Amino acid sequence: MEVYKLTAHEVRDKIKNKEISSKEVTESILIHIEKTDPHIGAYVSIRDEIALKRAKKVDKDIADGKEISDLGGIPMAVKDNICTAGMATTCSSKMLQNFIPPYNATVINKIYEKDSILIGKTNMDEFAMGSSTENSAFKITKNPWDTKRVPGGSSGGSAAAVASGEAFFALGSDTGGSIRQPASFCGLVGLKPTYGLVSRYGLIAYASSLDQIGPITKDVEDCALVMNAIAGYDSMDSTSANYKKVDYKKSLVKDVKGLKIGIAKEYFEEGIDYDVKKQVLASIEIFKSLGAEVEEVSLPHTKYALSAYYIIASCECSSNFARFDGIRYGFRAQGYENIKDLFIKNRTEGFGDEVKRRIMLGTYALSAGYYDQYYHKALKIRTLIKRDFDRAFEKFDLLITPTAPTTAFKIGEKTKDTLHMHMSDICTVPVNIAGVPAMSIPCGFKDGLPIGMQIIGNYFDESTILRAAYTFEKNTNYHKERPNRR
Amino acid sequence: MSIRIKDVEQVAERSRLSFTEEEKEGLKDQLNNILEHVKELDEVKLEGVEPTYNILEVKNVFREDKMKPSMDREEVLMNASDTQNGCFKVPKVVE
Repeated sequence: MEVYKLTAHEVRDKIKNKEISSKEVTESILIHIEKTDPHIGAYVSIRDEIALKRAKKVDKDIADGKEISDLGGIPMAVKDNICTAGMATTCSSKMLQNFIPPYNATVINKIYEKDSILIGKTNMDEFAMGSSTENSAFKITKNPWDTKRVPGGSSGGSAAAVASGEAFFALGSDTGGSIRQPASFCGLVGLKPTYGLVSRYGLIAYASSLDQIGPITKDVEDCALVMNAIAGYDSMDSTSANYKKVDYKKSLVKDVKGLKIGIAKEYFEEGIDYDVKKQVLASIEIFKSLGAEVEEVSLPHTKYALSAYYIIASCECSSNFARFDGIRYGFRAQGYENIKDLFIKNRTEGFGDEVKRRIMLGTYALSAGYYDQYYHKALKIRTLIKRDFDRAFEKFDLLITPTAPTTAFKIGEKTKDTLHMHMSDICTVPVNIAGVPAMSIPCGFKDGLPIGMQIIGNYFDESTILRAAYTFEKNTNYHKERPNRR
Repeated sequence: MSIRIKDVEQVAERSRLSFTEEEKEGLKDQLNNILEHVKELDEVKLEGVEPTYNILEVKNVFREDKMKPSMDREEVLMNASDTQNGCFKVPKVVE
């Protein structure tokens, strides 16, 4: 049996039963990466020696009779915008190509506390700006289901790594869909937690009021295990929520009886592929047959979410990105006249086109005289979008929508036009704007490519999402499919 | 009102970015496209609607003023391209 095809919890059981050691698992994954990654391009850096050393330590702990955690000894991957001390963190940008963080992101410390084995850092759209991972300064990551297609983005490397068996789970970040859309395109489970539930300390910020770290896994149970590891208050993040500790494993219940599910009707309108729509609606029927109460619901401001997102994300980006001056860290240009010229050269040569475009848009929108017209207005739209969700959750426990309007598109298909590219985020963006949690789970296939269903929950109610997703998974087989690279 | 080349140059200056003439033309069109798209927000009635800066209702988060070690100086300076005497070195700022 090929170890790389297992889920994290299956590997955990084998390690705990001493059927296999963490070192053996790690070695087999490293060999699998060597064979597979030249075709996929999921990783930007790999730490094999340190990974093996950590795996041996876990094996020693087990031999010494120590209790190991659910994620102990399991190889995993991290998106390259999450800081890892002593290990390059590039954001797939020339700007940070040589940046070695002097500290760990809080999630990295948490993952290390659980003795997971960090194998490497994954490719992404530069600074998380994009929806296809084509926008990396280093390379294009390919979809393991069809290498002529994109894995989605911006956490495309993380999703491709998990889908191709090059990691048992991965961390990504989601600003407008960057965990859920690649999970959808790669047939995986991806969760964007409630804003503030997972610490952002050490996540290199794109749009601070929207960014959130979350897991990409092969099934729902693995998602619960990773959430148990990474959720929780952190004094290092001033937007961290002081919410009660939840054991997400307890949500892995096979029961949706009486659960009130809303079909968010605006998400099934124009622009959504017919087969995607059909498959998501068929999946809702499964919930109904299992005893959930299903009804249509309207979130009338959904259509404005993308425009509001454009403005909020660009404005926050232009402000956040002022820090990249190439002095304390980052790309340093050669030959300059004075300090201002140095800043300009460092930034102009260090950033890619999409990053520059968003800095420009944000700087313009925040300029004197335009603030009210753009940023302030977008924040008011956010209030209305949030109210839509609040109202819906007065009546419903969960809302269901497609995750993305289509299955994975072809490499190069949408690179010409940034507006066109953004259309693949229409179903995911409103969730970030409101800050509620949402998960993508596999719910079918079209021409051999995975389709994702998005389950949106109320604030801090990841448990109900997990419960519904787990029940769906136990009644279907989509999550068991693995790509046969073509 | 749409963005002109002059605006692109002014915003570039503020953003500490520089562009070729061709890039400026491209940016002008792209930014105008996006601003045209977001104009749809004008049709929403917003009287009496408060802006939401942050979805969490947290304000002024302070932590206890406790001493703890800072990051290691060597490690912090490791990423700088130019340092001297344990400091970041920059070109002359004041004449």
